Amino acid sequence: MFDDSNIIAGLEIGTSVIRVAVGETGESGALNIIGLGQAKSRGVRKGEIINPEHVEEDLRSAIFEAEQMADVEIRSVYLGVSGGHIRGFNNRGVHPVVSADREISQDDVDDVVKNAKAINLPAENTIINHVRQHFFVDGQDGVTNPVGMLGARLEVDMHVIHGNANRLQNAVRLVRATSLEVDDVVFNGIAMSLALLTNEQKELGALVIDIGGGTTEYVAYSDGIIRHSGVLAVGGDHISNDLAIGLKVSLARAHKLKEEHGTALPTETAKGQTLSITNDIGLELKRVNVGHLQRIMALRLEEIFQLIAQDLEQSGLTDYLRAGVFLCGGSSRVPGIVQLAENVFQMNVTPGHTTAISGLTAALDQPEFATAIGLLKYGSLRQRKHLARPSLVSGIKGVFGKLMSRS
Amino acid sequence: MQAENQNPLFETSEISGKPVVRIIAVGNAGDALLGALGMPEFAGAEFVAVNTDAAALAASSATVKIHLENKLFRGLGSGGDPERGRALAEEQFSTLKSACEGANVVFVIAGLGGGAGSGISPVLAKAAHEAGALVLAFVTLPFECEGNRREAQAQTALEQLKSAADGVICLPSQKIFKLIDENSTLVETFRVTGGFLIEGVRGVWSLLTRPGLIQVHFGDLCALIRDRHAENAFAFVEASGPGRAREVAEKILNHPLLDEGRALAESDAVLVSLTAGKDLTMAEINRVMEQVKRQCGHAQIVMGAAADAGMKDKLCVTVIAAKQNAPASSVSPRAENRSPVSAAAGHREPAGSRPRIRRAGAKPVQGQLPLTIISKGRFDKSEPTLHRGEDLDVPTFIRRGIALN
Repeated sequence: MFDDSNIIAGLEIGTSVIRVAVGETGESGALNIIGLGQAKSRGVRKGEIINPEHVEEDLRSAIFEAEQMADVEIRSVYLGVSGGHIRGFNNRGVHPVVSADREISQDDVDDVVKNAKAINLPAENTIINHVRQHFFVDGQDGVTNPVGMLGARLEVDMHVIHGNANRLQNAVRLVRATSLEVDDVVFNGIAMSLALLTNEQKELGALVIDIGGGTTEYVAYSDGIIRHSGVLAVGGDHISNDLAIGLKVSLARAHKLKEEHGTALPTETAKGQTLSITNDIGLELKRVNVGHLQRIMALRLEEIFQLIAQDLEQSGLTDYLRAGVFLCGGSSRVPGIVQLAENVFQMNVTPGHTTAISGLTAALDQPEFATAIGLLKYGSLRQRKHLARPSLVSGIKGVFGKLMSRS
Repeated sequence: MQAENQNPLFETSEISGKPVVRIIAVGNAGDALLGALGMPEFAGAEFVAVNTDAAALAASSATVKIHLENKLFRGLGSGGDPERGRALAEEQFSTLKSACEGANVVFVIAGLGGGAGSGISPVLAKAAHEAGALVLAFVTLPFECEGNRREAQAQTALEQLKSAADGVICLPSQKIFKLIDENSTLVETFRVTGGFLIEGVRGVWSLLTRPGLIQVHFGDLCALIRDRHAENAFAFVEASGPGRAREVAEKILNHPLLDEGRALAESDAVLVSLTAGKDLTMAEINRVMEQVKRQCGHAQIVMGAAADAGMKDKLCVTVIAAKQNAPASSVSPRAENRSPVSAAAGHREPAGSRPRIRRAGAKPVQGQLPLTIISKGRFDKSEPTLHRGEDLDVPTFIRRGIALN
């Protein structure tokens, strides 16, 4: 399946932009980004494809741009997926250790992992990723590798991310239609957290939020493992839409107003101020109230954060996020968003910065590219693992349902 | 002026800290509602009728009757003119006040639009307030077909009542049209309209007096509505059978008097009273409250639950939602249009010191219109993003009922 070339590509079909990142792995296995491509996305709404034709066209131009820049040919991609149908939950698998000497073998570990994956999903759903958390040996928490330990009862926690099979398959088919192979399908949230967080931050506990055009993904880490993940099908598009409704302007105009005058925290000075909207030849069409604009926008962003905070509160993770919150995605550029997030989460908030990857600095500075770069990193980690353990490479691989080890 | 309204006439039984409730019906409509109230159920309450029409008053079932009269009117009552009603009431302000003395809660029941109801109720509410009682007014607004004049009189009276009473529970009769069958007779229609109001009275009453499983104390109620001068929306729903909690919750969210649940979203204080047979479970209460809570978001919620063996497997829920304060700038023009008589009589505070007059109150039906036609813009045709019953595609500021001006 893997050709000899060490070129890896990550593809994110976003609601507003389709992004491609190309990287190569060096001799030592280090990843280097060599190309980026992006194209305005027209056929996606709320993270899901609604017009395959448009998506295919945009996809080709994004890939073309990346290929031009990197001067390589992209044959296969790691595909990032998102959408309101995606859910994450934790599942525990149990396996009694039956061998006479009570020593846990690799087979026991494989069995318990298999048990943890055996879950009841709605018929139309399929597993996208599952991430192993910690092992428990006779109830003892925090074991990362139980092989060779003694015990009677082996348990493992799995974080399982699943979604609607047909909708996921739509994206995969589309990519295949452009004669690209799909190496693997990855939940965007996992990808972006790989790009943004260092191992230390994962150990401390961190929450990564990607507010994209149509969806907001979030992933919470603590003790080095993914504890929680989720998707809200709400994003920057909703802000534009709210503004269009609240200020009674066109959607395109609302989008422009958002980019030019948007803020996450209403400012005192904006109260009662108005902006005039002019047409092409400079005639005034309408005046909009800046105070209203800021409030509408702030309310929506605040709500997004509040929903995430509620969700984390329910899963009892709020107190474990010692490294704080990391923001990425287009909306993380909104002025004041860090302050707003700090107000809601009551913890340290940092605009996300792609780390631990070398290459084009232009790519690393853009919070929008976090997911695509994270896909690259996911790919490089997988390939390295496969090279190290060739026995796993053999056999037919499905697109879904693969174990991703801790990174 | 009757002699029988002396206070000692009330058998003021100060039993065990229970609040003394006095139900005062004003005008003919009030009388009729009082008659329909079913007195045995309200054991312990004191019933007073106030009217300008001697004949109607004689037929009233109230224990205490106050006849407001002036020789100049030759026993013809107020003749549909609120000014006359008010003049009479103000003339005998001290009588009304003494009728309210000793009560903790006064329910004023009236039909607005006519002479007695519109004229007397605000004065009575004022008197009761001065006598130290918590004043809750339960009023109906006229049907649209009754004409503009009555409509305008009712609206003026409602504004006055809102500033005089602690809380006004207002039932626009027009909204009832949605609830009743086309073919129902006039008598039936009035019975249904009155029924709604009575349910409101009953809900608050049982909240205060029934030995509750989760008791709402008089103090809670006071804290919630005292000096709020708010207009309240209310709904009464009932259901029976195994799925009753879910059914009730659904009915609340679809209730026309709550504007399909929007009244809850706009409210900042909500009172919920649940009554059921002895088999009321915590899970049922939880299910109903969950829905209400989700709907009203930021509102303060007071909840009471009571068991009543007579209810069998029925579950009745009364919801009273106090509307949020509108911006102070929106004093309706009607508010300025006060009677010179009342201003001269000095029973009111100067207009400037009346801080809370609700814009929404002026046109209860019209005011809601923009909300019914909100679109989701570009997300109109896509699958709704539902999160705990809320459609996140609808702009946040609309769902939270935040006014942009």
